[in-house]
Amino acid sequence: MADDLITIFVEEESGEKRAIEAPTDMQLSLMELLKASDYPVQATCGGMALCATCHVEVVEGDDSYKEATDPELDMLDTLPEVTDASRLACQMRLADDMDGMVVRILAKEECS
Amino acid sequence: MVQSIEDKRVETDICTIGAGPVGLFAVFEAGLLKMRCHLIDALPQIGGQLSEIYPKKPIYDIPGYPDILAQDLVNNLEQQIAPFHPTATLGERVEELDRLEDDSFRLQTNEGTEVFCKVVVIAGGLGCFEPRKPAVENLEQYEGKGIAYIIKNPEKFRGKKLVLAGGGDSALDWTLYLSELAEEVTLVHRGSTFRGAPDSAEKVMSLADQKKINLQLNANVTAIQGNGMLNACVITDKAKNSVTVDTDYFIPLFGLSPKLGPIADWNLNLDRNAIVVNTEDYSTNVPGIYAIGDINTYPGKLKLILCGFHEAALMSHSAYRIVSGGKKPSFKYTTVNGAPTM
Repeated sequence: MADDLITIFVEEESGEKRAIEAPTDMQLSLMELLKASDYPVQATCGGMALCATCHVEVVEGDDSYKEATDPELDMLDTLPEVTDASRLACQMRLADDMDGMVVRILAKEECS
Repeated sequence: MVQSIEDKRVETDICTIGAGPVGLFAVFEAGLLKMRCHLIDALPQIGGQLSEIYPKKPIYDIPGYPDILAQDLVNNLEQQIAPFHPTATLGERVEELDRLEDDSFRLQTNEGTEVFCKVVVIAGGLGCFEPRKPAVENLEQYEGKGIAYIIKNPEKFRGKKLVLAGGGDSALDWTLYLSELAEEVTLVHRGSTFRGAPDSAEKVMSLADQKKINLQLNANVTAIQGNGMLNACVITDKAKNSVTVDTDYFIPLFGLSPKLGPIADWNLNLDRNAIVVNTEDYSTNVPGIYAIGDINTYPGKLKLILCGFHEAALMSHSAYRIVSGGKKPSFKYTTVNGAPTM
């Protein structure tokens, strides 16, 4: 791993995992990374935990990344389909110890 | 100030769909060129997402304001456009757009309001807020036949059996309200606790203890049944145990999610739910229809309020040619002409 560069994996519907390299020194959120990588993440509220169009599930990763803040949990609680590992990608700041994390995008229904 | 009018027939130069900050500023730029504007918004108030979602959030990138609260920006814009006396139809959603023989437009809302105009400006931001729907088979088949996402007239549910789903404030509040009216209320919540207002959550728990409502925690509605009209919901808990509950209505309350809505059917070039525009004047591929603000896209697009303001200015100068029947607008600084009036 190069300095300030981590790899995040996105699990596709087929089960295949696609790797995305991500810088950790640019204050990027996971939402911004997914959007930049052309995933169907609308992020309509721009990253304020207010629209849930960047809803993801952390499939593999340190449990600490499943800990959401109150505004995020409030938003998640309004959604019909949520798992115990649901997160809003906009609230996950990319950091070194997220290296190797696997996420699944659950927000697709928001893009129809 | 911008007040919603009750008129069912409106004639204007420019009809702006969306009364967020960019739609409001378009009224100003159009006003400088003596064009009249009418605003339509699906929300019952002006301000778009600034007023609806984050009125108390400070914004730091409005030129000239080191910081300004979202609602204060809306209030200032309202004051700024007041000299142009814009009219508005609020709480209604544009459903139809037709082009008339003289190339002007006729718009119609879901409440039957008709707006006749020479130019349409779509400043729709995120789109219309629509109810979020759970993934239950045949759900759409029973919409209006026992399924309701928005409660407009609670009296409709008096003496009926209801199944509500959701864990947010709206699910809690409606459970409390409807428990007084309905014959039977079942609230289904995916989680084991409620994060909503503690007071409402406590009241709901207390009603469940007194057997006044049927509370199903750690559970989801997984199927619906009916014969033309809905008559039952299947509720499944995390251990995969299912119960079938007879009901007259299923009311999923999972909040609102922005959707493009009928705009998607107007033959506009779209790219990922955004309207493609020409950056010379923010016109769409349909002559006479412009798109400004967060709803448009072009190479280099930034979804910033300040970019929307710029787009509004260029749009207005282009729209002037259509509204005036081909005349070229004369460009003047506001400092030269003094206080703007209409």
